[in-house]
Amino acid sequence: MTGTGIGASVKRKEDKRFITGKGRYTDDIRMENQAYAAFVRSPHAHARIKGLDTSAAEAMDGVIAVLNGKQLTGDGIGNIICGWMIHSKDGSPMNMGPWSALATDRVRYVGDAIAVVIAETQQLARIAAESVVVDYEELPAVASAEKALMAGAPQIHDNAPGNLIYDWEIGDQSATDAALAASAHTVTMDITNNRLSPNPMEPRSAVAIHDAAEDHYTLYTTSQNPHVARLVLSAFYNVAPEHKLRVVAPDVGGGFGSKIYIYPEEITCLWASMKTGRSVKWTSDRSEAFMTDAHGRDHVSTATIGFDADYKVTALKVDTIANFGAYMSLFSSAVPTYLYATLLSGQYNFANVHCNVRAVYTNTVPVDAYRGAGRPEACYLNERIMETSARQFGLDPADLRRRSFIRSFPHQTPVIMAYDAGDFDGNLDKAMAAADVAGFPARKAEAARRGKLRGLGYSCYIEACGIAPSQAVGSLGAGVGLWESAEVRVNPVGTVEILTGSHSHGQGHETTFAQIVSDRFGIPIENVSIVHGDTDKVQFGMGTYGSRSGAVGMSAIVKAMDKVEAKIKKIAAHTLEASEDDIIIEGGEVKVAGTDKKMAWHEVGLAAYLAHNLPAGMEPGLKEGAFYDPVNFTFPAGTYICEVEVDPETGVTDVVRFTAADDFGTIINPMIVEGQVHGGVAQGIGQAMLENVVYTDDGQLLTGSYMDYVMPRADDVPSYTLEHNTTVCPNNPLGIKGCGEAGAIGSPPAVINAITDAIGNNNLSMPATAQKIWMALRETGFAKAAE
Amino acid sequence: MTDVSMTVNGKAVKRSVPDETLLSEFLRETLRMTGTHVGCDTSQCGACVVLIDGRSVKSCTVLAASLDGSSVMTIEGLANGELHPMQKAFNDNHGLQCGFCTPGMIMSGVDMVQRYKASGAELTEEAIRHELEGNICRCTGYHNIVKAIRQAAAEM
Amino acid sequence: MYATTYHKPSSAEAAVAAIAGADEAKYLSGGQTLLPTMKQHLAAPTALIDVRGIPGMVGISIAGRQVTIGAATTHAAVASSKELRAVCPGLANLAAGIGDPAVRHMGTIGGSIANNDPAADYPSAMIALNAHITTNQRTIAADDYFTGMFDTALEPGEMVMSVSFAAPAKSAYAKFRNPASRYAMTGVYVAQTGDGMVRVAVTGAGENGVFRHEAMEDALAAHWSPDALDGIEVDSDGLLSDIHASAEYRAHLIKVMAKRAVTAAG
Repeated sequence: MTGTGIGASVKRKEDKRFITGKGRYTDDIRMENQAYAAFVRSPHAHARIKGLDTSAAEAMDGVIAVLNGKQLTGDGIGNIICGWMIHSKDGSPMNMGPWSALATDRVRYVGDAIAVVIAETQQLARIAAESVVVDYEELPAVASAEKALMAGAPQIHDNAPGNLIYDWEIGDQSATDAALAASAHTVTMDITNNRLSPNPMEPRSAVAIHDAAEDHYTLYTTSQNPHVARLVLSAFYNVAPEHKLRVVAPDVGGGFGSKIYIYPEEITCLWASMKTGRSVKWTSDRSEAFMTDAHGRDHVSTATIGFDADYKVTALKVDTIANFGAYMSLFSSAVPTYLYATLLSGQYNFANVHCNVRAVYTNTVPVDAYRGAGRPEACYLNERIMETSARQFGLDPADLRRRSFIRSFPHQTPVIMAYDAGDFDGNLDKAMAAADVAGFPARKAEAARRGKLRGLGYSCYIEACGIAPSQAVGSLGAGVGLWESAEVRVNPVGTVEILTGSHSHGQGHETTFAQIVSDRFGIPIENVSIVHGDTDKVQFGMGTYGSRSGAVGMSAIVKAMDKVEAKIKKIAAHTLEASEDDIIIEGGEVKVAGTDKKMAWHEVGLAAYLAHNLPAGMEPGLKEGAFYDPVNFTFPAGTYICEVEVDPETGVTDVVRFTAADDFGTIINPMIVEGQVHGGVAQGIGQAMLENVVYTDDGQLLTGSYMDYVMPRADDVPSYTLEHNTTVCPNNPLGIKGCGEAGAIGSPPAVINAITDAIGNNNLSMPATAQKIWMALRETGFAKAAE
Repeated sequence: MTDVSMTVNGKAVKRSVPDETLLSEFLRETLRMTGTHVGCDTSQCGACVVLIDGRSVKSCTVLAASLDGSSVMTIEGLANGELHPMQKAFNDNHGLQCGFCTPGMIMSGVDMVQRYKASGAELTEEAIRHELEGNICRCTGYHNIVKAIRQAAAEM
Repeated sequence: MYATTYHKPSSAEAAVAAIAGADEAKYLSGGQTLLPTMKQHLAAPTALIDVRGIPGMVGISIAGRQVTIGAATTHAAVASSKELRAVCPGLANLAAGIGDPAVRHMGTIGGSIANNDPAADYPSAMIALNAHITTNQRTIAADDYFTGMFDTALEPGEMVMSVSFAAPAKSAYAKFRNPASRYAMTGVYVAQTGDGMVRVAVTGAGENGVFRHEAMEDALAAHWSPDALDGIEVDSDGLLSDIHASAEYRAHLIKVMAKRAVTAAG
């Protein structure tokens, strides 16, 4: 390892532009002939469009065009699709309702776009959009998935009777039922996973440019995966063929899943740039983001867990209803199925797991993957029911978990996943030591003397990252392969450029990706640059989501470096008149082992490009590309322990300690990995205690700004205690598991388990607001007792 | 339209702007200084914080026309040949990830350290967290932002 | 924002004339509520009359225990005034807890009470301190000034110039913040004057904005101690209920915040 190699907390190379105000985000771009888009959006959750009068807007000086959905579909722009086919248990395909970027005859959620105004200024575009008169026939609407399934509920899509998208199952139902019936103990719970708004701090933005002379389009956009955007915009939305469309995702201010998808606005801006002959910019404001960015979570489940006489788990049965919102977003169908139910075995040696999932349309914003995507829902269910069971049995919650931990690997669960490595006891031990669980009773007693209720809760999470082996996901319905690609260019002067299909929007790739090159070749990290986010520069890529950039993206770089190294060895062996097998690369030199014969790193690069003396038949140059397709998912796992103090007078609860012991496999940059955990845990604490998207029964959004949607602030969260317990992933070259989502996956149940421990009432749902906790305390009479 | 003359990062600027122009718009669109970011429309996220006459202000919630004669300092003006201690501390402590909230965080950090120094009060971790009430970050969980401000407070 | 015009008169007379001369003009002070409202297209004044250039609008003057605060004095200035803190720390502490640091650098006391947001902090202090609001036309007792949610006794064109009050013997404010907006979800200001009179004013909770709680006042006048409030039942009728807090929870919080304010006041 060098000072900048694998395992070093190298300070981030990309920081300088951000801390000096020189970042380049999409909204920072201004084209010469730029016009601005503003959308006409439905104020109704469900309505028929009977008429559209755009005359007032068109008459305004400075309005360039007002465009509507009929024109859009008339120009052959295709419907927005969900890219993962799920079949119901009866074999029928999922019921995907049509979603036009601009609605033509019906709107299905508040914020559904109907028309777009293109004008000379943003101010004018917005004012003109307000002047568009839409004649609506309001229709009954429904926001709750459970209610949408009831007889007589409003029908949202004609091709989805009863609003049911699919009714899917995994696992052996009869074996699970039998195992539960034979269990010595069972515990049943209703569990709700609250609906969240991702809220990256940079709102979505798009700048679309149509070059009429070349019939070529460029889209600058806030995307986690510009190549996927280009593919979908071309192949499905018919905006332009791929070779006539460049998509650039420059600096992107956070994503958390919400910037994976291709939304109506980007499609419309591209099309509008062609229609108007102008560059078209649209930047969401926060209010617009709340009503258009894909939401996350929103499950209701009933779960039953069984234990044998020794309190070892036997079976788990789950029935889940998942709210999909008004349309099926790009990844939506996979989230409550293959990203959720396949993780329901948790860290436990279940012989049987069965899960049934009904996916449901409602008159709300489409729901899709948000940091963790399905795995937080699975973890929350598992870890709430484990903790609850321990309390019912009068057992220590850590002890109950240990009775069922999986200890031999590989381990095939009953729900597809084959765990490859892990040390669940070690994670728990490390977390308990760091959290000083032994000292908790004394802290609880001390808190009680101050009139506070102190509680402690566990969460032993496992998740699946590194999505995913293309053949496997293809067999499960995925519409794309989920490999990653990379190119390693060694320049004639020996500097290196890495072109990657991964996209960094906060993850620090410009540093960590350079570290693996510095580590491999022993060259200064300053001599390595990372190129990403531009379909004209990078060959292809599947992008960054699902904690895949390390396990999949870096693996592709390693594979390309393998090829570069092989060529370097051939060149050096030829030049130094040695055997290839004797060539070693270290410290920026290419050497013949056991001799003093060597070439400087840059001399090899130069030799490759001069091509004056290459081995016979070798092509000049030193540039190699690779596609890496993972052979399995990776399985980060860990134990989180949360300690809270509740003020019984008000229900106000402080997270006073939060300990995370994670097993992420090989860690490239501990500083960056810890930053990912910090951020993930804050989002998990947010979900557990603060955040909630609230709709009225008829689909009006009540949490439409930061005045009502509670974002975690600095004084809502503690400083975190982090530990690492490493088992190397055996299935990728660096042994990486992934760290981006773990914090958000593992933390919510730890928080709720801690609060329910403190208040002595297990009947508490997320977000556990002060009011809810106060009410739960009143139920138990605790508040009085503590007064 | 109103004529405004102000000092931005030490340089005199004079422009004629529509009266409803917000300072954030004036900086980003009129002066094309895009380091100041806008992350919400309810004056809560703090990505747009700049210093006006030495004090932190949300630039999305002040009219440019009202700042005739004022001195504005933005993220672009903080480094004086070398990085400001607050900028350096954010790099040293991994106090930023996506970088979008960072300009506002750094300017709020500078403001709070200056105020606490002037008053002689100790800028504890608890105080920093309280002072950051008007700045939202979605990436870092605040842990390293707090660390960065503590470091800078010791160095400023 | 919609188009508007900006005016910064240098006298009260010129300000009143400017207001009178425009269709839908509004006074602008710190702008920390008005400008966000305009950004969201929820308000569209055709003219903004900035009162901050009017002489005497900014500053805190204290004569004995009589306090006068200019309408355009920022929350930060109120919070950091050593002179005010010496005679009425309760109000300085209240100001230190409004919004966030950047908002406090711009927002003003006059703007707050002219807007009378039901979740604003200052109205409770004005009532509890039995303050008087001086406008360009008259002086109004706080009890008569706050007339309902976003409603005051101000006539069209009338401008708040200052507020004044006699510093109480003891006073303090306790706030339960809305977790999202950070406005007061329930805030209680308690004040005891030298002659033992007590006022308790509640903000953030009432359907009609700030109000006094007379039962608490009587209990505290009889015995200035948090325990004196133990027997009081706060009625939830007439209290706000929203996604953050029910009327019942607010009723409970009123009592808890009142007790904490009494404790803080000493």
